[in-house]
Amino acid sequence: MARRLIEAPPQAVTSPAVRIRGLRRTFGSNVVLDDLDLDIAPGEFVALLGRSGSGKSTLLRILAGLDLPQAGSTEVVGAASVAFQEPRLLPWRRVADNVGLGLRRRSRADRRARAAEVLGEVGLTDKTDAWPVTLSGGQAQRASLARALVNDPELLLLDEPFSALDALTRIEMHALVLKVWNEHRPSVLLVTHDVDEALRLADRVIVLSAGRIVHESRVTNPRPRALHDEAIAHRRIELLGHLGVAEPESSHPAQKESA
Amino acid sequence: MPGPEVARLVGMTTLATAPAKRQRRTAGLRRAISPLALLALWQIASTTGVLPADKLSPPSDVVTALIDLWQAGALQDAVGISVQRVLIGFALGATAGVGLALVAGLSRTGEEAIDPPMQMLRTLPHFGLLPLFILWFGIDETPKVTLIALGVAFPLYVNTFAGIRGVDPKLIDAGRALGLSWSERIRHVILPGALPSALVGLRLSLGVAWLTLIVAEQINTTAGIGFLVSDAAAFSRTDEVVGGLLVYSLLGLLTDSFVRLIERKALAWRVG
Repeated sequence: MARRLIEAPPQAVTSPAVRIRGLRRTFGSNVVLDDLDLDIAPGEFVALLGRSGSGKSTLLRILAGLDLPQAGSTEVVGAASVAFQEPRLLPWRRVADNVGLGLRRRSRADRRARAAEVLGEVGLTDKTDAWPVTLSGGQAQRASLARALVNDPELLLLDEPFSALDALTRIEMHALVLKVWNEHRPSVLLVTHDVDEALRLADRVIVLSAGRIVHESRVTNPRPRALHDEAIAHRRIELLGHLGVAEPESSHPAQKESA
Repeated sequence: MPGPEVARLVGMTTLATAPAKRQRRTAGLRRAISPLALLALWQIASTTGVLPADKLSPPSDVVTALIDLWQAGALQDAVGISVQRVLIGFALGATAGVGLALVAGLSRTGEEAIDPPMQMLRTLPHFGLLPLFILWFGIDETPKVTLIALGVAFPLYVNTFAGIRGVDPKLIDAGRALGLSWSERIRHVILPGALPSALVGLRLSLGVAWLTLIVAEQINTTAGIGFLVSDAAAFSRTDEVVGGLLVYSLLGLLTDSFVRLIERKALAWRVG
């Protein structure tokens, strides 16, 4: 078991929780991941930005063990778990049983107790015995997050888990993810195409294009972050530029609350 | 079996919520009025002589005939034998149908080996095989039971196979990501996901089982409800003929409500 005693912000000198070298994945003649290298430090929150087809979901699937690369290596220290864009709860299992599904080696009572505990963490205590079909989109996504957390993973893979939620629910989910990350300190790889989401949550934002990392930004602002903060706003323009989107220069700079 | 079996799948899955149930009860009472009126009309037509008893006996005579048959013990014997034929035939056919669907559904090789012949044989009207079966198996229980088994196997195969293949691949992926082994994915994801469709197959196949029984019992039989009916017809006892038909439909209704009950219990997750 990897012990997590890191207090200081993670540095490159600690041995990485995830180590990816020379990763290559092609579908026919289409090169999706092209000789990709990436390290993620223990407890580091990394956001992976990219347009559709940039290879970001493929990278996540490989780390989750759902896809195999043609070349290269991936090393993950400890357990990894995934929360997907759709909650993917089994409709025929009650919420607690869905959450406990990753704990099959334990007794039923043990599974229920641990599931109840994690459901409490994500604020779903009252939905323990509900059928997934009765949950709202946000609740289902919380349950899905609980299922990913139930094994206390060293690496949490988040595949656009908030993109299907309404804007208000998404803000709540951002706060929730930061809360559980603060409490458990797993390494996080968040795949997203939302620049603001990446800037709000991550220690490091990586831009993937045509299967290669084309840009990296460290975000050192303390959380919770205000998106209108000068440094963040600057990062946004930079990231959008690397994604091939030119954001119009603000014609009212006075409206920005520069602290 | 004809193709539309699968198309009927959607219409046959029924879901009920509490208010809908209440609404259906009052609607059910109102819907009972016209059948009862028809029954009354039939009784009146018979008593006034418009409907001669040698063509069709009145409902009252049908009930009396059934009571007489019961008291003589003939009805119990006949029902016992017919039910036994259906049960044995159904058990054989269901084992074959579900077993083949599992093999074809869970492996590509299995699908390639099993599905093409099944899809071809499915189009064969199984009643047409009765003369051949009599030739092969004689005239005792074997051809009847085999014919029922054959009729049962196909709707169960088709719907269970479709159910397995219809399970959302994203759920199977989620199972893999959670570390479920192949057999655990089958148990926790694929089989429960295939169940709604398989239960539709079950209802269809039980309908086919009773229908096949009726056809099979018309020929060379010395026991069972079919024998009771053909024997009665030989003596123009239309009361016993109609009584026998009534028993057939009650038995069919009974097995159908049994499947509905299973659906309500096993598929509770669809309504919550």
